[in-house]
Amino acid sequence: MYTYTEFDDAFVRNRVAQFRAQVERRLDGSLTEDEFKPLRLMNGLYLQLHAYMLRVAIPYGTLNSRQMRQLALIADRWDKGYGHFTTRQNIQFNWPVLADVPDMLDALADVGMHAIQTSGNTIRNVTADHFAGAAADEIADPRPVAELIRQWSTDHPEFQFLPRKFKIAVTGSPNDRAVTRAHDIGLRMVRDASGAPGFEVIVGGGLGRTPMIGKVIRDFLPRADLLPYLEAIVATYNLLGRRDNKYKARIKITVHENGLDAFRDAVEARFAELRPAFSGIDQEVLAGIEAQFAPPAFRQADTAIFDARYATDPVFRSWADTNLTAHRDAGHAIVTISLKTPGQTPGDATSDQMRVMADLAERFGHDELRISHEQNVILPYVHRADLPAVFDALRAAGLAAANMGLVSDIIACPGMDYCALATARSIPVAQAIATRFEELKLEHEIGPLKIKISGCINACGHHHVGHIGILGLDRAGVENYQITLGGDGTEDAALGDRTGPGFAYDEIVPAIERIVGAYLDHRDSPAETFLMAYRRLGLGPFKAALYGSGEGARDRAA
Amino acid sequence: MSRRFTPKIVTANDLHKGDVVYLTADDRWSRHHFEAELIEDEAIADIRRIEASRQTGTVVGVYLADARPGPRGPEPVHFREVFRAHGPSNYPHGKQTETAAPRP
Repeated sequence: MYTYTEFDDAFVRNRVAQFRAQVERRLDGSLTEDEFKPLRLMNGLYLQLHAYMLRVAIPYGTLNSRQMRQLALIADRWDKGYGHFTTRQNIQFNWPVLADVPDMLDALADVGMHAIQTSGNTIRNVTADHFAGAAADEIADPRPVAELIRQWSTDHPEFQFLPRKFKIAVTGSPNDRAVTRAHDIGLRMVRDASGAPGFEVIVGGGLGRTPMIGKVIRDFLPRADLLPYLEAIVATYNLLGRRDNKYKARIKITVHENGLDAFRDAVEARFAELRPAFSGIDQEVLAGIEAQFAPPAFRQADTAIFDARYATDPVFRSWADTNLTAHRDAGHAIVTISLKTPGQTPGDATSDQMRVMADLAERFGHDELRISHEQNVILPYVHRADLPAVFDALRAAGLAAANMGLVSDIIACPGMDYCALATARSIPVAQAIATRFEELKLEHEIGPLKIKISGCINACGHHHVGHIGILGLDRAGVENYQITLGGDGTEDAALGDRTGPGFAYDEIVPAIERIVGAYLDHRDSPAETFLMAYRRLGLGPFKAALYGSGEGARDRAA
Repeated sequence: MSRRFTPKIVTANDLHKGDVVYLTADDRWSRHHFEAELIEDEAIADIRRIEASRQTGTVVGVYLADARPGPRGPEPVHFREVFRAHGPSNYPHGKQTETAAPRP
């Protein structure tokens, strides 16, 4: 894992000191809100429906036990004893008081963390595959590159006032778990014909109001060209991106309006100018970062204790079958800790749960944890012999739900329970769907099914790429939920298709149940997943299940 | 007038705590929706909003929200204002535990 240098530490602490003085000047009346707002947003502080909200970056989703314990301490001391993990590998504290925020930021700096550029029209927290460094299918660990991008983009003087926010994701695996095609820039590690490592560069993806799947702007970018090429893309966007209309300001619109070829030409021209300025120091820095991400020494040990428990304990077996992922070392497993126990708020962990997870990482997991964009926590390096002990500790902490990738593993944004932008609630919809399918005991029979819920058109809940997407809207002063089907956030990225008119708050859970029922009725066999069945069948049978036989049979507010 | 004016209250968030506050008839900021001044006249509503917006050392994000009279005082009309007056639905946090205000 990356450890802050003296420079990093001084930079972050200096920023906290600046912000402390800014808060003091706001509170004594020297700064108006108009003056203060951009300053607080630069440091991740929002004002939401009921309170301030502090968004803390967890760069590429990686943290150690000491950092996780510090998040627990912050939750206890300055918030309400919990935190909310988000779809961009951040954690949000929902109840801070303005005067306390500088102390919270100092506490973060103590463990090498910050909230810089988690808001505003800047390059945001760089996200990565949450199984990075551990996945069996990986070409290389994407995190050193993500850390290099974090350092390059943090306080980059040219990119502090972009037309709009800018999100970058990196994956090192052909199986894309980082939703790279729905980012402003997505980077996929690939090799060229000679085996040399580089990147496929994807540009102009994004969800929100105008969802678009990213386009490949470079099939193969040599590793050493990464920073100058990124700088060329962002500089071109900074120049061409629209500032007259907030809703047309993202790079996806810039690429769409100018055309990919014209945009690429402008990027390549800028790249030709920038490339000579990169003398190789970035590659030296990268090499230093890579050394810090060396894989841990994987212990070789007997797995009989795992095999015995697996053979005799069906609850353990169900969890192991569902929440473990193949590891690059056969003796190890990647453990997904579900923050989706049916009935709970997706992505929330109490401070006690954070400490349990930190302890497990320290004791059994080479001191590493990951946060996934699917709002779960990962222990990436657990020896199979330790899995029974890990499972028992998780179960005691209410963290052993065996539902990774299943119907109750729902992504949900905070929605109108917290967010000032929301048009409807998300969390109670997620809670009700998960609870309903828990009652039906059908979850494992249904198999892989990703439900994603957003409480407004901005799509923080990734609903467009959910197998079932739910979008909460305000229709004439009433919550209304639109459904999309067939979305996919992987390497085969696709946007979901809208089924038709939306459903009222008390109709949405039965509607989801009818969709799942139609899938179970129409699938070829249990091996045909929901997404496969949808691709074969199209909307037809699902619309019939939702609306009755006549299309749009019921007159709903659309 | 082509359309009847929906009564309004003036609301904002407290600068220090971020909590939802409402402007009362005697120019206090209350944490209770039912203590808000219910303004029946459009011109007066605008004046009250503009006056309140000048209190930048106390509150943030002043705006007018629809309201209607209730037995204890003004009640929110839109569901967003119901949540603001009550707190989140997933935990007993916010106003619902800190005040005696029941969900309308």
